[in-house]
Amino acid sequence: MNEHADVVIIGGGVNGCAIAYYLSKLGMNVSVFERNYLGSGATGSCGAGIRQQWSTKENTELAIQSVHMFEELSDELGEDIEFSQGGYLIINHTEEELAQSKKNVKMQKTLGLDVSMVSVDEINDIVPVLDVNGMDSVGATFCPTDGHANPFKTTFAYAHAAEQLGANIHTHTLVKDIKTKNNQVSEVLTDKKSVKTRWVVDAAGAWSSQIAKMVGISIPNKPFRKEVLATERLEPLFKAMVISFKDGIYFSQQPEGNIVGGIPIPEQRSGFYELPTFSFIQHMSETLTRYAPALRDINMLRHWTGYYDVTPDARPILGEDSKVRGFVHCHGFSGHGFMLSPMVSRMLAEYISNDKESSVLKRLRLNRYEDEDIDMEQNVVG
Amino acid sequence: MSEKKTIVCRCEDLTKKEIVEAIQEGYTDLEELRRKLRIGMGPCQGRVCLPLVKRILKQVTGEKVKQESFPTFRPPLVPVSLGSLAKLKVESKKKKQSKDQE
Ligand SMILES: Cc1cc2nc3c(=O)[nH]c(=O)nc-3n(C[C@H](O)[C@H](O)[C@H](O)COP(=O)(O)OP(=O)(O)OC[C@H]3O[C@@H](n4cnc5c(N)ncnc54)[C@H](O)[C@@H]3O)c2cc1C
Ligand code: FES
Repeated sequence: MNEHADVVIIGGGVNGCAIAYYLSKLGMNVSVFERNYLGSGATGSCGAGIRQQWSTKENTELAIQSVHMFEELSDELGEDIEFSQGGYLIINHTEEELAQSKKNVKMQKTLGLDVSMVSVDEINDIVPVLDVNGMDSVGATFCPTDGHANPFKTTFAYAHAAEQLGANIHTHTLVKDIKTKNNQVSEVLTDKKSVKTRWVVDAAGAWSSQIAKMVGISIPNKPFRKEVLATERLEPLFKAMVISFKDGIYFSQQPEGNIVGGIPIPEQRSGFYELPTFSFIQHMSETLTRYAPALRDINMLRHWTGYYDVTPDARPILGEDSKVRGFVHCHGFSGHGFMLSPMVSRMLAEYISNDKESSVLKRLRLNRYEDEDIDMEQNVVG
Repeated sequence: MSEKKTIVCRCEDLTKKEIVEAIQEGYTDLEELRRKLRIGMGPCQGRVCLPLVKRILKQVTGEKVKQESFPTFRPPLVPVSLGSLAKLKVESKKKKQSKDQE
């Protein structure tokens, strides 16, 4: 059987499904291959946060534009993705951090973001349960339009909308190889069938380097295992996501009432490890109860793991490869790929369908690592 | 007993009817069902309901559910307070975070 598709997307996470939707909307014929079920990668274990307060211009721009899209997404896709905007409160602990925050806020404001510096006394007006002394805080920043959405429901909403426009989504189908002819992608082989195509999108998350290797491309991404802790359900206590770059902690209260959050695992190293670590649970509980002592008697209920797909500058790698034509990179989200997915996916779809390359896309190509000075994203947690 | 009133997941308060409907909508993977409905996300981590859900899934789809598709049970086996977890003695030394995760 000689099947053909305009575009083959590898990976059924939020990015793969969103690209499938935007391409289908532009009239292209798309096949998605997911080796497991939709959302089985990082998307399914994601912290669900959506933040626009970044230190690099690219991430800030992509996040602001994505938030505008998230605001309309439930209506556009016809399914509720549970988007809500309770804001992000970023705690600062030192004068240096405050100075960096001021710089970030200034840059973010030039891009039109509603964000401000918050004094120590104002922190409890935003999140009452926090202990400013326990956190050792000297101030904070707050953006009220940051928020969260349900990653699983977002992925499914994109997938269903794409299918309605004619996309073929194959779950439980493993991509095994990609064939090229004269440095141009020509065919994708899976454990069930093969499909001829001129475009392949590598949206395989932490496994993207395995896909890139199939066409002889090496990418600098490394997988980092992350853990998330969830408490029992509580009455609504606060709306904002609380984060700190120094402690690496993030936590928020989900719509169901559970407090969910993460922190870097103390003995962290890169690679694929499955077992849970007690050091994470201890470290997270200790830090969380230092930030919010009132949670001391609250029970931890569940715990899960997932992988960050981390690049050297913590910014994603996007766009067509400069050596293998038709091979499109969409990975390296370094722990913030859910919040960027609407805009990133739409831009990549427009590039594939209309050859339209935005300036952000140009700056996030793989070949940026050949340059001397790359702009490092500083605002990373978890 | 009517399906509407049969509670399958008592932690998250889900009826057999809701589960059958989601399967018919196309959520035929145990993990997909879990994330769509939050079955198995209660204090028992699904030890009570997941075997039942597996049976319903088999009844509705006519296919056997693969053992691999069962979620992993992770600590804590019973809910534990954050205060006591914070005091856990962990063997490994707390090293400074590695630089490459930034
Ligand atoms: C603990 C944790 C917390 C996070 N918190 C946040 C947050 O608060 N906000 C935020 O924006 N981001 C967060 N992230 C990051 C976010 O989850 C990811 O960046 C995002 O989900 C990536 O989506 P994706 O579609 O690109 O990749 P993934 O969701 O990883 O999807 C890739 C898919 O490719 C499939 N695949 C791999 N190899 C093959 C193959 N050979 N054939 C077929 N399929 C294959 C995998 O099965 C997988 O489903 C978090 C991540 C983790 C782990
Ligand atoms: S009965 Fe379903 S989680 Fe406990």
